[in-house]
Amino acid sequence: MADTIHTWSPRLERNRLQQGLLSSSAARGLHHVLRRRSTIAFLMCLPLIVIIACLVVYPALYSIYLSMLNKAQTRFIGLGNFSFLLSRDVFWMVVQQSAIFALTAVFFKALIGLITAHLINNLPAKGQRKWRGMLLVPWVIPLALSSLGWWWLFDPTHSAFNYILKSFSHDEIAWLSNPYWARFSVILVNIWYGAPFFLIMYLAALKSVPEQLYEAAAIDGANAWQKFRHITLPMMRNIIAITVLFSLIVTFANFDIVQIMTAGGPRNMTHVFATYAFLLGIRSGDLPLGAATSLFMFPILAVAAIFILRGVRKRGREIG
Amino acid sequence: MSTAAIAARGAGTGLGLKGSLSRNRRWALIASYFFLVFFAIFFLIPPYYMVVTAFKSDAEVAHMATNPWIIANGVTLDQFKLLLTQSDFLVFFKNTAIVTLCVVAITMVVSVLAAFSLGRMRFWGSSILATGIFLTYLVPDTLLFIPLFQIVKAVGLLNSYWGMVLVYPTLTVPFCTWIMIGYFQSIPKELDEAALIDGASHMQMLTKIFIPVALPGIIAAMIFAFTVSWAAFVYPMAFLYSADQQVLTVGTVTSLIRADVYKWGMLMAGALLAAAPPLVIYAFLMDYYIAGLTAGATKG
Repeated sequence: MADTIHTWSPRLERNRLQQGLLSSSAARGLHHVLRRRSTIAFLMCLPLIVIIACLVVYPALYSIYLSMLNKAQTRFIGLGNFSFLLSRDVFWMVVQQSAIFALTAVFFKALIGLITAHLINNLPAKGQRKWRGMLLVPWVIPLALSSLGWWWLFDPTHSAFNYILKSFSHDEIAWLSNPYWARFSVILVNIWYGAPFFLIMYLAALKSVPEQLYEAAAIDGANAWQKFRHITLPMMRNIIAITVLFSLIVTFANFDIVQIMTAGGPRNMTHVFATYAFLLGIRSGDLPLGAATSLFMFPILAVAAIFILRGVRKRGREIG
Repeated sequence: MSTAAIAARGAGTGLGLKGSLSRNRRWALIASYFFLVFFAIFFLIPPYYMVVTAFKSDAEVAHMATNPWIIANGVTLDQFKLLLTQSDFLVFFKNTAIVTLCVVAITMVVSVLAAFSLGRMRFWGSSILATGIFLTYLVPDTLLFIPLFQIVKAVGLLNSYWGMVLVYPTLTVPFCTWIMIGYFQSIPKELDEAALIDGASHMQMLTKIFIPVALPGIIAAMIFAFTVSWAAFVYPMAFLYSADQQVLTVGTVTSLIRADVYKWGMLMAGALLAAAPPLVIYAFLMDYYIAGLTAGATKG
């Protein structure tokens, strides 16, 4: 709560100022004006409140209720769907694969983002724009369509990657039909898609580190690694935390890549929560079971969300 | 990490001779370019390969007699002709355009009003609401698509693209509101005090002062809403099943694949055309695009 008040403090100041202005004209009208003002403010928010209440909060609560019904949605079965899922080997594989998928992908996205941001930051100012524009392209193409392109690159008989491997007289790789290569492939596509986002965030953060800090460090004889370790990283810690947690949520809940490239196969080994919930809920028509599956995502997303909120508020205060 | 270290060495220690310092800088620059080219190849392989495939003839795609990475037997527009005449692509395109335009319009009206109210005026519970909006933005679509399936079905919009107009705002409104709050807050408060003294109403203040001044933010929010609704995949995948109602992303991925043969040339032509509008917007409005992207975490 203290955070919130802090964030809004400029507003309080302004209100006070305004009250001062108004009291000079008519003290009696003041109360009326302020009340009308807050009514108008509330009315302006009303469409937003309606959308969030009807299409986010209500479905979220309804999802909990739905997950406790039987397949035909005629009978209340308590936690039956959850215990059914927990007893299934496939479900535990989904848990495992979702964790591998999200953690590996986010780690490499953050790493590639950090490296490429530094590389671009090293260039002369006029070349930076061009490179930044080029490297952001994967983020701009709708993910479903680029996944289709990747699928074609991995195609079993026509794979263009295998053409290169063969020209080095290497064996062909069954990119999407070998379960482990399939896992590798979907993670690779996710890294490809998400790394530019990190690049942009880190590049913006790098620009905001005061140049004097590096100059001071240079005078003290710090080398490049020491500068990175003791200036860049601490200055960027907050933005790194925010982007990693945000990406963790998005990656963990990712649907497009796996659905398009493998649809969960081979042998269910590439399923993540979203695609498994889609398979059970929409494809097999067991909405309650699907709802239960996606609800398993909720705890980890909630924890990440709380930490992001803390980070964003902290950053808001730092910037002022 | 070593690449960053190598590349950053050019910053110099300040103790070396001037000549060696500039030589160091030059090597750092060369190393930077070298690794950037490597990453650029990684990032641009799929789009490049999609373009190459889309301009090949079916025979060349199928027979694999030549190097797949280049067009060996001549550039042809056959795939695009086939796509536009023999498939439902134009229907998908029209549906997506309608849905996206409606969603962008709804999003902008709702989020500009709300952001003005939350960023500039106050009412009971407004700070809690602002926090709630940010949390809503973090709720992924894959958490809600199953209960929303029931809701869309209940209002009779299952298998209709108007159902998408109903549900997409949940993806766009929270983030747009959040970044607009940041933009509105950054406008000096002297402006609205002056307007208030001149007797402007709140609506006049919004349309005459805040929207013109915050125009870069509004454009950034519009681009965000556009790209999100253009690229949405989970909701149409779950809620739409007939071709005449389908949108581009799902339509290209599912309906263009004929049961027996994958017409890869046509598929890639479709994917390219479907990805073109966001790419064109990005090419012309890159700075707004990036401003919208980074605003979420740096403003607030």
